[in-house]
Amino acid sequence: MARMKFLCDADRCIECNACVTACKNEHEVPWGINRRRVVTINDGLPGERSISMACMHCTDAPCAAVCPVDCFYTTADAVVLHSKDLCIGCGYCFYACPFGAPQYPKTGNFGSRGKMDKCTYCAGGPDADMTTAEYEKYGANRLAEGKLPLCAEMCSTKALLAGDGEIIAEIYRERVVTRGYGSGAWGWKTAYQETIAI
Amino acid sequence: MFAQSASRFLIAAIALMMASVFVAPVQAQVNPTASAVQEQQLLNALQSGGSIEGRISIPDAGAAALIKPAGQEWRAFHQGTMAWTAAVAVLGMLVVVAGFYLLRGRITIDSGWSGMKILRFNSVERFAHWLTATSFIILALTGLNLVFGKTVLLPLFGAEAFAAATQWGKYAHNYLAWPFMLGVALMLVIWIKDNIPNGTDIAWLKAGGGLFSKGVHPPARKFNAGQKVIFWSVILGGAALSVTGVFLLFPELAGSYGNWQLNQIIHGLVSVVLVAIMIGHIYIGSIGMEGAFDAMGSGEVDYNWAKEHHSIWAEEVRAKSGLKSTGAGSAPGVVPAE
Repeated sequence: MARMKFLCDADRCIECNACVTACKNEHEVPWGINRRRVVTINDGLPGERSISMACMHCTDAPCAAVCPVDCFYTTADAVVLHSKDLCIGCGYCFYACPFGAPQYPKTGNFGSRGKMDKCTYCAGGPDADMTTAEYEKYGANRLAEGKLPLCAEMCSTKALLAGDGEIIAEIYRERVVTRGYGSGAWGWKTAYQETIAI
Repeated sequence: MFAQSASRFLIAAIALMMASVFVAPVQAQVNPTASAVQEQQLLNALQSGGSIEGRISIPDAGAAALIKPAGQEWRAFHQGTMAWTAAVAVLGMLVVVAGFYLLRGRITIDSGWSGMKILRFNSVERFAHWLTATSFIILALTGLNLVFGKTVLLPLFGAEAFAAATQWGKYAHNYLAWPFMLGVALMLVIWIKDNIPNGTDIAWLKAGGGLFSKGVHPPARKFNAGQKVIFWSVILGGAALSVTGVFLLFPELAGSYGNWQLNQIIHGLVSVVLVAIMIGHIYIGSIGMEGAFDAMGSGEVDYNWAKEHHSIWAEEVRAKSGLKSTGAGSAPGVVPAE
């Protein structure tokens, strides 16, 4: 099976935030929760770069390691998912996540943390594929439909790539060689303990 | 005059045009990406605990932190230091207590039960104590569950049952935090006057509190030095747990992400130390010492127990209540037979 990854080519990202909007719409993500976001580094300065970031579906994921109820699992595609039936909303995964991916609705008592929500790589959750129960908890399961994550699929500049890690790494490597520069595969070293050698 | 200034203007204009002609190609040769931020440079420049920050257009300002390698450090703490500290503190203290029991046995009232009771803790004092104690025990168990439950209980009960119980544990922890804080505050107000360290404590500590040898009872007031250590551990530890706990409940009050992690680290470490201290406290207040539980049970202790363990306080109470020093063989002034 393929090892699914995200890659944001910051030299192409124009900070249009369409990935953020598409994600929110596709999964009916509630107000206050962002599974994906765009961060601009050195904003307004020469050489500023924008990076679209969500859960990176880490190898040896820190969230899964620290979860006190063991609600995380990794699919055959190496997508890191979690069960909202088991999650207790303790917040540990947020402390451990290097990308700020876990989000919590303020639905607990007195507005405290509810069950965690994060990017599913458009792969749903532990419930049966493409059921209402799965959609309500985790959003659409595009992977089960044979499609890739919507954020990357509709990216206008093709800055955000999703798919088999080796294939998207090759696409990025070709781009860097052709145009002569690249600011790096953002987050790869932290998430996968490797980066793309050019 | 006019010709001179006109020619100056002309020269200046030509110079400007020349300059723009010469400068423009130079600018075009600059690689527009030469000054682009590189992830690797930013990662190399990061200080411990730092994160790669940017600007974000959604309202969640915290989301502007793009990469936070400190998450891995917190993970290492939680999976390593926290688990080991908790295991050593809790199991270590149980071993110490068990060893103490085997070597020393139950500390008995040397002069036997006198049959006379004196009031040690009134109902308000006992209420404050048990309010704190019951909430602390549940807080401690539900807290330890977050560290060890996954390893110890989850395989026994299965994922669903364990997650459901842990969810209730979280509710209990979040709600009982408040009575615990109230109890600590009450105890501070009620007992601080009796817990100021003084000269008696030094002598008590020098004698090891009489803990390690039969028949040794260094004088003590209402609280001996050991109890004062317990008191201040609960007050200071409880305050630390309260502050960090409220921040953990409402992280928006705590500031940045680094503070969230720090709060959790302090909360975890202080709580296991306090759990260890409380194991010792519970032992000596129950099976470890004859007559001790009555102080917090009925509130009334045996006069001989009071005389042995809190001689100065017992004498004060006797003087105040006008209890006769004569009478039973165990009355004050009579040296117990060794």
